[in-house]
Amino acid sequence: MIHDRITHGRGGSVQMVDHERQDGRAQNNTGPNSLGSNFQGMSTVKQTAGVLLLGALATLGLASDAGAQQSDQPRDTITVGYLGLERDEEWEPLSVLDPVIDDEGVQGARLAIDDNNAAGQFLGQEFVFVEVIMPREGDVEEGLQELLDQGAEWIVSGLPREGLEALMEIPALEDRVVFNAAAPDNVLRGEACHPNLFHTTPSRRMLADALAQFLGYKQWDRWALVFGNTDEDRLLAEALGEAAQRFGQEVVGEKMWPHDPMSRRAEGGFHAIQREIPVFVQDFADHDVLVIADENDYFGEYFPYQTWLPRPVAGTQGLKATAWHRAHESWGGVQLQRRFEEQADRWMTPRDFAAWLAVRSLGESSARTDSVARDEVLNYMLSDEFELAGYLGLPVSFRTWNHQLRQPILITGPRMVASVSPQEGYLHPRTPLDSLGADEGESQCRF
Amino acid sequence: MSVVQGCVLVALWLSPLAAQAERVFVSNEKDNTVSVIDGATLEVVETIKVGRRPRAMAFSSDGSELFVAVGDDEAIDMIDLETLKVVRSQSSGEDPEVIRVDPHRPYVYVSNEDDNIVSVLDYEERTRVTEIPVGIEPEGLGISPDGKWLIATSETSNMAHIIDLNEMEAVYHRLMGARPRHVEFNQEGNEAWVSAEIGATVSIIDMQDTFDVKHTIRFDVPGVPRETVQAVGVALTSDGRYGFVALGPSNRVAMIDQQTYEVLDYILVGQRVWHLALNADESRLYTTNGVSGDVTVIDVDGFEAIRSIPVGRFPWGVIVEP
Repeated sequence: MIHDRITHGRGGSVQMVDHERQDGRAQNNTGPNSLGSNFQGMSTVKQTAGVLLLGALATLGLASDAGAQQSDQPRDTITVGYLGLERDEEWEPLSVLDPVIDDEGVQGARLAIDDNNAAGQFLGQEFVFVEVIMPREGDVEEGLQELLDQGAEWIVSGLPREGLEALMEIPALEDRVVFNAAAPDNVLRGEACHPNLFHTTPSRRMLADALAQFLGYKQWDRWALVFGNTDEDRLLAEALGEAAQRFGQEVVGEKMWPHDPMSRRAEGGFHAIQREIPVFVQDFADHDVLVIADENDYFGEYFPYQTWLPRPVAGTQGLKATAWHRAHESWGGVQLQRRFEEQADRWMTPRDFAAWLAVRSLGESSARTDSVARDEVLNYMLSDEFELAGYLGLPVSFRTWNHQLRQPILITGPRMVASVSPQEGYLHPRTPLDSLGADEGESQCRF
Repeated sequence: MSVVQGCVLVALWLSPLAAQAERVFVSNEKDNTVSVIDGATLEVVETIKVGRRPRAMAFSSDGSELFVAVGDDEAIDMIDLETLKVVRSQSSGEDPEVIRVDPHRPYVYVSNEDDNIVSVLDYEERTRVTEIPVGIEPEGLGISPDGKWLIATSETSNMAHIIDLNEMEAVYHRLMGARPRHVEFNQEGNEAWVSAEIGATVSIIDMQDTFDVKHTIRFDVPGVPRETVQAVGVALTSDGRYGFVALGPSNRVAMIDQQTYEVLDYILVGQRVWHLALNADESRLYTTNGVSGDVTVIDVDGFEAIRSIPVGRFPWGVIVEP
């Protein structure tokens, strides 16, 4: 008889388990990424299934009863709920090359659930996913309640700022943790921060800092800034201006592009635009780069090649600072891209990636702590020990002062990654990653 | 190894002729070549054209061929060590990254990153023997000297899957540091060292009793950002004295006391040091430095880098002819 010694968690109990009674592979039915699918021609000898059920059984106090392991015992489950918002029918990406996506964000969370379960099946942990996509005028409270009715213990939010702020105020949320995987607003990491709110999507400030560092590296120090007339674009323009100042660059002038969304098929990119843009930017003082703030993608894509001076276009279009991009395949990124495409039949977007990071953070913490208990998982997530492999070359982790995930930011052209920030030479006493976004000393967040 | 064999080997190591015959092979991931370095002159004497994206290498058990995993061709190229030419190629399954050769059977084990399996190929019969399911993105492979155990690491599941090679089945699954990359058994076969790139750790697995992690080595390179310290390649001396760990973009190789697990020194090498190999008498350690495109030669007893040798672009793996 073979015995396997399992240490259950840190300082946890040690269980002796009879392998001959255990067939873990019967349990391995966790979807396409399942580790345990039976291959043709494989040996059918069932020697041992390692730790598959042990974590769960030990936690449930059943491990001493070896007989119980033969049945389909429930494992230690952790239920993650995704609360999303339907796409705004009025907005479509400007370029006809960009797909209109209806399942942005939620696909990333789904993939991470599968990724978590691949390890979870060996650790006696099972991640269960429930999702609610609300209509545009839907009530956040109802959406949340629907998730809670399905047992959601952790929430991933695909909501914009207003919806997220409303969500955090709902009493039924109790002390559940919400991962913000969509809203870039600095204020959510500052004055409006919340102890149960974590951010896996970068703030506007982080994106602006990442771009400013790269433009500084290029010595493109004089920026002309064009922003849209939405609230988001005004906030981004502000963040870009602050980043320019922080990293020693200068905004030589800024102008608002009037809100006049054109049908992306009516304006082919040259009809009126070819004459309008040079005139619009003509009165900017001399600059090295034209920086665009157009988060909704309603005009920025028109700007490259239409400028008055021969200048590169950067910001939300042209050369972008972004958490994720299809052209990024380094550091194993190609594996994530392929897994995602197999599942979703489309490319992974930054919002998909943010949702993936949220669910993977949970997976990493619960695997390391061998626990699904809220406080244990959270304490680990905020500890120095927590390091998540996010396919960005450096481990990502949470800032304790505002619960923002510190992460490298890609600087990309439309078809190629140009760089990854932080740039070399921007130093920080803790980690260069903290040169992007609000640092501890300046954070306005008070938990 | 018998005493007689041992004596013969020692005699060979001491002979200057043997030293000259020593060849070091370096796979250049971007150039689709393998550079051959003369161990005596420390110069590149030959560049072998291979398939696309060559990474891990291994010798056939009889020492007549060098196998190179060529990831983008989904194959193992086999180089004749006499002629230094690719003489055949065997289909390996998707995206082969790391390969290991069985000490007793004509098997080569391949981690197929995209398929979440380890493929077992028979390189004599040129057949696929079986597939062993493991975690997401299998990467590192290590085989015990007696050929009983194979360990596969899965990069996203962060696990070491310990495979019983008699049964061709993973029997233990252990959590490692984040993004485990490489597995190396010690000479006795009672320990497996598993490096973790993002976790920047080396976990030592007890391969005798518990099959559990018995110690974790951490690295702290003074004056270098913590995130750039990433543990990748591992080499262990057969006398049980030293362990070496390539620390990626921190551009250092850690030198470790194999018995106490204490880090003795950090040796500065080229940029983004990736894999390591000891030469036959274990007096030298060769490192591949991916970003600077060179190989650093470390004098093991002197604890210092003595030479850097330019090779192709993105050198990945290194192996020294036994």
